[in-house]
Amino acid sequence: MSHEPQPLLPRELTHARLTQRISDLVLHQRSPLGWWIALVICALLTLMLLVAIWVLFSTGVGIFGLNIPVAWGLPIVNTIWWIGIAHAGTLISAVLLLTRQPWRASINRFAEAMAMFAIVCAGMYPLLHLGRAEFFYYLLPYPDTMDLWPQWRSPLVWDFFAITMYLVFTSLFLFMSLLPDLATLRDRATHRFQQYFYAILALGWRGSATHWARYEKATMILAAVATPIVVTVTGIISLDLSVSIVPGYHFTIFPPYFVCGALFSGFSTVALLAVLLRSLFGLRDLVTDIHLDYLGRMMLLFGLAVTYAYTQEMFTAWYSGEDYYRYVYIDRWTGPYAPVWWSMIFCNAVLIQLLWFKRVRRSGIAMLCLALTSNLGMWLERFQIVFTSTHADYMPANWDINWPTGWDWAAYFGSLGLFGFLLLLFVRIMPLMSMHDMRALIALRRGGRDDG
Amino acid sequence: MAPLFRRRANSLAVVILVGILALLVAISVFAYVVYRSPYQTDVGYAPEQPVPFSHQHHVGGLGLDCRYCHSGVETSDFAGIPPTLTCMTCHSQEWTNAEMLAPVRQSLTTETPLSWTRVHDLADYVYFSHRAHVNNGVGCESCHGRVDKMPMTVQKAPLTMKWCLSCHRNPAPNLRPLDEITSMGYSPATDGASGQMLMQRYRIHPDTLKECATCHR
Repeated sequence: MSHEPQPLLPRELTHARLTQRISDLVLHQRSPLGWWIALVICALLTLMLLVAIWVLFSTGVGIFGLNIPVAWGLPIVNTIWWIGIAHAGTLISAVLLLTRQPWRASINRFAEAMAMFAIVCAGMYPLLHLGRAEFFYYLLPYPDTMDLWPQWRSPLVWDFFAITMYLVFTSLFLFMSLLPDLATLRDRATHRFQQYFYAILALGWRGSATHWARYEKATMILAAVATPIVVTVTGIISLDLSVSIVPGYHFTIFPPYFVCGALFSGFSTVALLAVLLRSLFGLRDLVTDIHLDYLGRMMLLFGLAVTYAYTQEMFTAWYSGEDYYRYVYIDRWTGPYAPVWWSMIFCNAVLIQLLWFKRVRRSGIAMLCLALTSNLGMWLERFQIVFTSTHADYMPANWDINWPTGWDWAAYFGSLGLFGFLLLLFVRIMPLMSMHDMRALIALRRGGRDDG
Repeated sequence: MAPLFRRRANSLAVVILVGILALLVAISVFAYVVYRSPYQTDVGYAPEQPVPFSHQHHVGGLGLDCRYCHSGVETSDFAGIPPTLTCMTCHSQEWTNAEMLAPVRQSLTTETPLSWTRVHDLADYVYFSHRAHVNNGVGCESCHGRVDKMPMTVQKAPLTMKWCLSCHRNPAPNLRPLDEITSMGYSPATDGASGQMLMQRYRIHPDTLKECATCHR
C-alpha cells in the first residue's frame, strides 16, 4: 500500500458522512431529472429490443442479416463485444482487490453491476441467433430420451457453459460485495417495505467481527477465483472463432488478444459510467479526476496491447505464406468492409495515444469521449473479425457481402437500452458505491485499526 | 429498534433455501420420469379401430404370416395396410354375415378403404424404412412385440430416439436369419445363428447406423 498522501478522498470525509451520503441517495433523495430522462430513453430502447425479439421469434432468424457466407453476423459481434465489457467489470474489481489498489473502492460497485448487466446482454444474442431458440437446452448434458450428449468439440457448447458459469459467478460476486451495504441500508431505511426488502437480502448480517473475518476471507477467495475464470471465459469466446480453419479466425493469438480487448473496452466502459454517474448524482469528490487518471492509464495500456495484437495478426498472416490468409488482410484494408477496419484503427490505435497526456486523462469530458470511441472501436474490431473473415474465404465462388438489417440494429441498440435500463434501476435500489470499501479506505487514511 | 424478524425467521430462511433446491431436484426427477412414462411415449396405446381386428386370432391362432397382409414390407418403406380384398380372400367365405365384419363388406361395396387408426406413429422428421430393416435381419417382433398375443393391436416399444439407438449402436444381439424375420417367440440373442456372423452376412457396418443422416434426412 502506498503511503503518499491520499488525494483520493476529500479530507473532511468521515464514516458517518460517507454512509449518510451514499445511503441517502438510495433511501431518501428523489431521482434527478437526468435520471428520469435517461430511464425513459432506455426504456423505449428496451421496448424496441422486445419488439425485435418478438418479431424474431414469430418470423424466424431470417430477419437478421445472417446468410452464407457470413453466417455469424451482428448477433455474434454483439455477444463478443458485450462479454468483453462484462469481463472487465469483474476482473477490474477482483484484480484491484487482490493487488490492494485504494482507488478501487469508488468504482468497484458499478464495475460489478456493469459486468452483471453486460453479461445479460451478451448471453441473449447466442440464444436469439440459434434460429430455434426453444431448443437451447439441447446444449445441456441432461439425460434425454434421444440418448444424445452435447457435441463437446463444438465451441457453441463451450460458450454455453462459459457464459452460464460467468453469469452465476458474476451475480454471486456482486451480491457478496453488496452484502454489508444491504445491512447498512436495512438499518437506515425508514419505510417498513424498504426495511423488509433490504433485511431479506442482507441475510441477517450483523457486522460482528466473525462476520467480517469470514467475509474478508470469502471475498478474497472469490476474487482469486474470478481472475482465472475471466481469462478462461474470454479465451473460450475467442476459441469460437479461432478453432475454425477460416482465414482471419484461425490465429493462436486470439485468446490473449481477446482478453486484452475485453479489458480495454471494460476499462473504457467503467470510465464512461464513472463520468456519467458522478455528474448525475453529484459525486465528483468521491469519483475524482485521479480515478479517471488511473482508468485512463489502464485504457492506454490495454489499447496498446490490442494494437500490438493487430500487428501480430498481420505478421502471422504474412508469415504463414498462405495466399488466403494474406488476402484477408488485403481485403480488410481495401475491400468492402475497409471503412470498418480503418475506423477501428483510428479509434483503438490512434485516438488512445491522447491518453499519454495527463490533462486528457484528468478531464471528464475527454475521458467520456475517449471511452465512447474506444467502445466503438472495439465493436468495430469484432465486426471486422466476424464479417471480413467469412465473407471471402477459401471458396471464391462463395464470396459475398452481407450487411446487418434494420432488425439487427434494433436488437443492438435495444441491448444498449436494456443495459442502461437495468443499470439505472440498480443505482436507485442499491448503493452505487461500495460503502464498506470506502469506509475501510477512510480508516486506512487515518492510520487507525478501525474495521470500517 | 425492534428487530424486524422473529427468531423463527432463521429456520424459515434455511427451509426456504433448502426448499428451493429440493424443488429443483423434484422438478428434474418429475420431468425425467414423465418423459419416459407411457404418458409421453404412448406405450400401451391401443386405439379403437373400425373393425376390432385381432392379431392374436389371425397370427397366433390361424398362423398367417405377417407378409400375407403387410405385403409391402420387404419391398417398400411402408409395411402397408392390406386392401379390403385381402380380407375378402377368406371373409367372402368365412363369417360372411358376422355383424363385426359389416364395415369390411361395406368397404368392398362402396370401394372405400377401411380407415384404420395408426398405432405406431413416428415423428415426421424420422425416415423409417421397413424394407431396410426386415431385409437386414431385424424381425417384426423386435419392434412390434408379440403381435400373436394381441387381441387389439397395441404399441409395445417407446419409439424414442434412445430406443432406436439402443439397437443402432449395437445391432448384433437383435439380428435374425432371414427365415426367422416374421417368427414370433424367436430370441435373436440366444437362438439360431450368432449376431456377429449375421452382421457379416448382412454386411452391416455399425458406423453408418449412427450417422444423423441415416434416420434424419
